[in-house]
Amino acid sequence: MKLFKNMLALTAASVIGATTVTAQEGMVDELREPVLEKFKDKKVVFVPMSMSFDLPEGWAAVMQNAAELRGYQFDIRDANWSTDTGTRAITQAILEEPDIIVVQNFDVTSYARTLKRAEDKGIHVVQVNMRSTYPTDAFVGADWHGMGEYAANRMVEVCGTSQGKSGKIALVQGPATAAASVYQLNAITSVLNETDEIEIVSSQTGDWDQSKARAITQTVIQQNPDLCGVIGFWDAMDTGTGAAIAESGKDIYLITSGGGNQTACQGLENGTFDEVISYDVPGQGRDLNNVISMLLQSEGEAGNFEFALYTPNKIITPDTMNETSCWTLDQLRDGG
Amino acid sequence: MTTPNQSASNRRGFGLGNIAVTQELVVAVAAAIMFLVFSATLDNFLSSANLITLVRNVSVLGMMSLGMALVVIGRGVDLSLVAIMAVSMTLAIVLANGGWSFGLALAAGLAFSIAIGAVTGFLVAYVEIPSIFATLAIAAIVYGLGRGGIADLDVNNLPPGVDWFIFLGRGSLLGIPVSIWLFAATALLLHLFLRKTGFGRFVYAIGDNIETARITGISVRPVLMLKYMLAAFTAFMAGAVTAASVASMNMRIVNSTMIYDVLLVVVLGGIGLTGGRGGIRNVLVGTVLIGLLLNAMTILDISYTVQNLIKSAVLLAALVVEALLNPRDEQTSQQGDI
Repeated sequence: MKLFKNMLALTAASVIGATTVTAQEGMVDELREPVLEKFKDKKVVFVPMSMSFDLPEGWAAVMQNAAELRGYQFDIRDANWSTDTGTRAITQAILEEPDIIVVQNFDVTSYARTLKRAEDKGIHVVQVNMRSTYPTDAFVGADWHGMGEYAANRMVEVCGTSQGKSGKIALVQGPATAAASVYQLNAITSVLNETDEIEIVSSQTGDWDQSKARAITQTVIQQNPDLCGVIGFWDAMDTGTGAAIAESGKDIYLITSGGGNQTACQGLENGTFDEVISYDVPGQGRDLNNVISMLLQSEGEAGNFEFALYTPNKIITPDTMNETSCWTLDQLRDGG
Repeated sequence: MTTPNQSASNRRGFGLGNIAVTQELVVAVAAAIMFLVFSATLDNFLSSANLITLVRNVSVLGMMSLGMALVVIGRGVDLSLVAIMAVSMTLAIVLANGGWSFGLALAAGLAFSIAIGAVTGFLVAYVEIPSIFATLAIAAIVYGLGRGGIADLDVNNLPPGVDWFIFLGRGSLLGIPVSIWLFAATALLLHLFLRKTGFGRFVYAIGDNIETARITGISVRPVLMLKYMLAAFTAFMAGAVTAASVASMNMRIVNSTMIYDVLLVVVLGGIGLTGGRGGIRNVLVGTVLIGLLLNAMTILDISYTVQNLIKSAVLLAALVVEALLNPRDEQTSQQGDI
C-alpha cells in the first residue's frame, strides 16, 4: 500500500513536472536535427533548357528558396537552348559529384546516356517536366498524356460535328522530339481515333516560336476557313497562334498549356486563349523540393528508385480565372 | 564602264539563243512551275487570301534578305543580322516597359542596331577581319548582351497601348497587309539606292574587285562601313514588323536556322557569293520561291524535319547551279570567297 502511495506520488510529481517543462520550453523535435544534418554539405545541380523563360526561372526560384532554408547548396548550369551545352554541363556536374542533378530535357533521347552515367556515378537524377525515355530516380512534371486527352476531349465537346461544328482542328506542336510533343500527340491521336467527330487538318511544329506558330496558323486558317479549334502545345508559342486567329477575325477555339505564368492569364483576359491547361510551376517547385528532400534523406542508391509525381492539371478559363490563378516570378522569388 | 546589270549578265555562263540563262531566270521558272503545280493540285492555294498570306509570311525573311543581299553584293556576308534584329527590338521593348515613351524606345533600338552595324563595318573595313568571322563574333556578342545585359527573359512583350505599332504587323492598307507594304518600300528604296546613287555603284565595284575599286579612287572603307550599317537598319525594320505581328520579340530566334534561311533566299535568288552581281530583283525572286515552298509544305502538312530537309536540298541545288553558272575564275579565286 505504501509502495502504491509512493508510486502515485512519483507519477503525480513527474506528470506535474513534465507539464511544467512542456508549458515552459515545449518539446524537442527529435526528428528535425538529424534531418537537417543530412542536408548539410549536400549539393543539388539544376540543368534547365535555358534560364530565360518562365518555367525554369520559376522552378529555380522555388528550389533556391528551399535550399537556403534547409541548408544545402543549389547551383544552376544553363544549357542555353543547346543540347551540346547541356550535355557538357551535366558531364561537368558529374565530375563534381553533387548529390542530385535536376534536369530538364530538350527531347526524349539526347541526354539519355549522360543521365545513365550520372546514375552510375551514384548521383540521383530528377527529371523535370520534359522527360527522357531513360527513366531515372524521379520525374516531376506535367502529365502530357493527360493534358492531350483532356484537350482532345474538349475539342470533341466544342468542335465535334454533332455540335453542329465543322469538326476541323489543327495542332501546333513543339519540336517533334520533345516530351511535350510526343506524349501529348499520342494522347490526342488515340482519343480522336475513337471518334469521327473531329478531323485533324494540320499537325505542324511551331518549334516553340511564336512567329512560326503565327505563320503556320495563318496558312491553315486560309486553307480551312471553317477551322473550329486549335490545340497549341505551349502558351508562350501560342501567343503567335492566337495572333493569327485574332487577325482572321474568326471564332476559333484555342486550348493551350503552360506553367501558369501571369502571361497565360493575360492571354485569357485579352481573348488570345480560350482555355489554358496549367501545370502550375509553384506546385511543381514544391514537388521538386519534396523529391530533393526525400532523396537527400534516403540512404538508397542512385538508380534504385523509379517514381513520378505528375502535376495535376489546372484548367484556367476566363470564367474560372481569379487573381490567384497565375503567378509572377517576383512572387516566387519572394517565397510566395 | 558597263552597268552592273550588263557586267553581271555578260559574265553569267552559257547563253540560250538570245536569252542568257541566269540563275534568276532558272529560279523564276522553277517558281512559276511550282506555282502552276500547286494551283492545280492544292485546294484554296490560288485564293487571293492565301497568296497574300504567302507573301506576308515571308516579308520579314525578305526584309532581312534585302540587307544580306546588300552585304553580299559588296562582297561579304553578315551572320549577325538575326541577332541584331532580335536584340535591338528587345532593347526597345525593355526600355518601353521601363517607362520610356515607345517612340523614343524604338529610336534607341534603331540607334543600337546601327551602332552595331558600324562596329561590324569598322572591323571588316579597317581591322580587315573577314566578314564571316567578324559577323559571327558580333552575333555572339550581341546575343550575349541581349541575354546578359538587356533582358532576363527570351520573350519580351510589348507594353500595352501601342496600337499604332501593332498596326505595322497586323493592319492592312488597301487590302494588303502593312508588313508587305514595308517589305515593298524597303525593296524599292534599296533598289534605287543600289542603281541610282554613286554609293550604290561603289558597292558593286567593291564587290566585283576591291583592288580595282581602290585604285579607281573609291573610298572603299567608308562604303564598307555604310553597307553594314544599312544592313543592320533592314534587320531592325524586320524586327519591328516581327514584334508588331506577335506583340512581342523572342530572342531565341538567334539560335534558330533563320540566318541560313536568309542566306538561302539570297543565294537562291542568284546573288553570287563572290560579290558584285545581282540586285534586289534576285531577292524578290528568291523570297517568292521560299514563300511558295513554305506555304505549300504547310498546306501539305509536311513534318518539320522533312521541311528542313527539303529546304537544305534546295539550298544545295542553288549552290550547285550558282557554281555552274558562275565558275570560279582566276580572278575571283585569288581574291578569295567570303
